[in-house]
Amino acid sequence: MASIANKQVICEVLQEHAASDRDIIVLCSDSRGSASMTPFFEQFPEQSVETGIAEQNLVSIAAGLAACGKKPYVASPACFLSTRSMEQVKVDVAYSHTNVKLVGVSGGVSYGALGMTHHSAQDIATMGSIPGMRVYLPSDRHQTRKLMEALLQDREPAYIRTGRNAVEDVYTEDHVPFEMNKATVLAEGTDLTIIACGEMVAAAKRGAELLAEQGIHARVLDMYCVKPLDTEAVIRAARETGAILTIEEHGPIGGLAGMVAQTAAAACPVRIASMSLPDAPCVAGKSKEIFAYYGLTAEGIVTRARQLLERF
Amino acid sequence: MMNLTEKAYQIRQDVLDLIYRGKAGHIGGDFSVCDILVTLYYRIMNVGPDKTEDPDRDRFILSKGHSVESLYCILADRGFFPKEELLGYSQFGSKFIGHPNNKINGIEMNSGSLGHGLPVAVGMALAGKMDGRAYRVYTVMGDGELAEGSVWEGAMAASHYHLDNLTAVVDRNRLQISGSTEDVMHHDDLAARFEAFGWNVIHAPGNDPDALTAAFLEAAETKGLPTVIIANTVKGCGVSFMEDKAVWHHKVPNEQEYEQARRELEERRAFIHGIDCE
Repeated sequence: MASIANKQVICEVLQEHAASDRDIIVLCSDSRGSASMTPFFEQFPEQSVETGIAEQNLVSIAAGLAACGKKPYVASPACFLSTRSMEQVKVDVAYSHTNVKLVGVSGGVSYGALGMTHHSAQDIATMGSIPGMRVYLPSDRHQTRKLMEALLQDREPAYIRTGRNAVEDVYTEDHVPFEMNKATVLAEGTDLTIIACGEMVAAAKRGAELLAEQGIHARVLDMYCVKPLDTEAVIRAARETGAILTIEEHGPIGGLAGMVAQTAAAACPVRIASMSLPDAPCVAGKSKEIFAYYGLTAEGIVTRARQLLERF
Repeated sequence: MMNLTEKAYQIRQDVLDLIYRGKAGHIGGDFSVCDILVTLYYRIMNVGPDKTEDPDRDRFILSKGHSVESLYCILADRGFFPKEELLGYSQFGSKFIGHPNNKINGIEMNSGSLGHGLPVAVGMALAGKMDGRAYRVYTVMGDGELAEGSVWEGAMAASHYHLDNLTAVVDRNRLQISGSTEDVMHHDDLAARFEAFGWNVIHAPGNDPDALTAAFLEAAETKGLPTVIIANTVKGCGVSFMEDKAVWHHKVPNEQEYEQARRELEERRAFIHGIDCE
């Protein structure tokens, strides 16, 4: 298990760059603690903006800062940032084309027992549906660092979703293959392709290992770039493996599954199955308990992959 | 010094032509806000076609974005783009749409959905403070717009951060699309509301550029807190049959109405010009 959560890595990377780039600004909505941004606020008070519990204002202020040359990073719980601030994201960030990076923390069912208000099983759908908004779900701390380093170089809006707790490493410190907006191939295989994003990537990787023990060889794609989706990788997966299984910590509508299916259906129709949270308020509990309940585990992947292949 | 009341009537004539030709627009609010925009663009703000990338330029956001026709005519008149470009207004594929669009030279931010201008202006004013720049930030809101909760989130933050480089104007014409603002959602204690949020409040007759000038200068001299100018205006100001009529929120004049409005605007402009020449 990794020692720190992905959201902490985001804070670390911003701290590393903020001294030499005074235009980097972090904004929080009484969320500096939950977003792991307290060290940034303490080290760079002049580059920190607190808006109070006002997520609409949070995003609009960031847009105003960006319009004047600042590089704002907005860190707030994904559940609020991706719904309460939607119109501000649409108008002030995406439509006005301001260089605002939105960091949705404790996304998916990270807040577990806090229930539906705090779950964000819709943020890929909401953010992804806005023209000009990019959506990234990094899988582990190492990839989060690579992604942040890349985002610091561009001037475009983006939404980055991370979970709440430390997650299992997918990569190692000295081996983090990463190309911006390109899926990372974690395993090669010819029987099917498992496409995952965010915290589900680790499960996909283990699921593929279990499948291999049963003689089924799955390709695994870490699709951290849900939008812009790496469509070439999806089409290649369809052509070369003939079946696709998607898995995501998101509802079934408007997420990774739909985007992958749309891409494959248009270019190379193949059998597709998807694993996700339900189109219903999720059961409450620890996030791992919730994943287990809905089968979003390595074992669940094995079952679903076998069903998918048996249907041929 | 330029007679800004006369300039405002010239702009209203341009707006009337634009809306009549394009068969779309929000003429009532265009005419109520006209003197406010003219005062800002011809007297108060440090902006110009040669300064659109100048980091020290003043910033303006038309939060009541539906009054964009007045803004277009002013920007064209000030040379931000050729006047002929406005011929495309509201036509297929034109960038001159019914709300501000920052693909157009001189427009800083897109707006149109209400309640966005003030919070964005807070961000711009904060950036100015962070960078130690002397520019000022202005936004104009409608009075109906003040029912949006996001306005008050912005108002809270502006006083919290002591943004004395920010001036908001309320185009207080007391009418919105459904009728009287006081019937739809009352604001009669507007000054008290802004004061309670920590703002300096100035009342001004909003169709009087000289009075507005004094208000803007007072706002610039006010230190430690943001200023709101409650500009009491007349919706449809300048055309007798449009004044104070909610129906002219977004009605497009027919030929007869257009001709009458043209005559009235020309007469008022000529009258003011006459006064000015004496």
